[in-house]
Amino acid sequence: MNITWYIVLSALLFTIGAVGILVRRSPMVILLCLELMLNAGNLALVAFSREVGNQQGQIFALVVMVVAACEVVVGLGLIVAIFRRKLPLDVDDLRSLRG
Amino acid sequence: MEGVLFFIAAIGAIAGAIGVVAARNPFYSVLALIAHLFSLAVLFLLLTSAFVAAAQVVVYAGAVMVLYVFVVAYVGDASEAKWDPVPGQRLFAGLLAFFLFVEISAAVLSSGLKALGTHGPDVPAGFGDPAAIGTLLLEKFLVPFEASSILLLIAAVGAIVLAGKKKESKPPQAPLPAEPAREEALTR
Repeated sequence: MNITWYIVLSALLFTIGAVGILVRRSPMVILLCLELMLNAGNLALVAFSREVGNQQGQIFALVVMVVAACEVVVGLGLIVAIFRRKLPLDVDDLRSLRG
Repeated sequence: MEGVLFFIAAIGAIAGAIGVVAARNPFYSVLALIAHLFSLAVLFLLLTSAFVAAAQVVVYAGAVMVLYVFVVAYVGDASEAKWDPVPGQRLFAGLLAFFLFVEISAAVLSSGLKALGTHGPDVPAGFGDPAAIGTLLLEKFLVPFEASSILLLIAAVGAIVLAGKKKESKPPQAPLPAEPAREEALTR
């Protein structure tokens, strides 16, 4: 398969994730859509690493995976903290930081 | 053969992604994301990166998604309003997505990278297998490797601080009235 197919597929997945972040309101689903976007970036990194014939892009993808795991852990901790304080789990209601 | 496998995995990945966005119940979103991650692992295997594919299945679909399932089960299904609080939000989101997709594709396809229309160069047999990646991680990329381990530790501690039981929110009120009573008890 041409590398181009992988890159276009990665762009499509990234776009779907972006739509999810724009449309959904539950912070949990927004985190999931963030995962979609990070994974699309991973696919592009691995595809480019195959294109160049160099394995260093795969190391980059692994580091992205680690950062995504950290982001998930902190984000889910925030969601649990919000839930414990009986605040609404809806990003349109959590607007006290808006100026 | 490779093309057939690519299209099956690509359709699986796109279907999983759409399922994440479209599912009403967050639990189904998590399940769709797991399917999406497995399809991506197949794509990574097609790109001859066996270790990244294995890490994707073990770390992502195995560990991170279990965390998601636990939190979804703990929080319960937070039902989302079906109407748009912002008028025309879906329309604008769709428009922006279309332009984003066109822009990314155009940026990559017009970049003039020579190997884009090819399979990529022929690689030796050990390309992307655990031995090669492990050698790279522990020799050339040792500092980023250790830095990412410290980052994971910080994230774990931060999550415990964030989600742990908050004791200092109530006790500032509770001990103050309690202290005179204790003094009374002591003087008695």
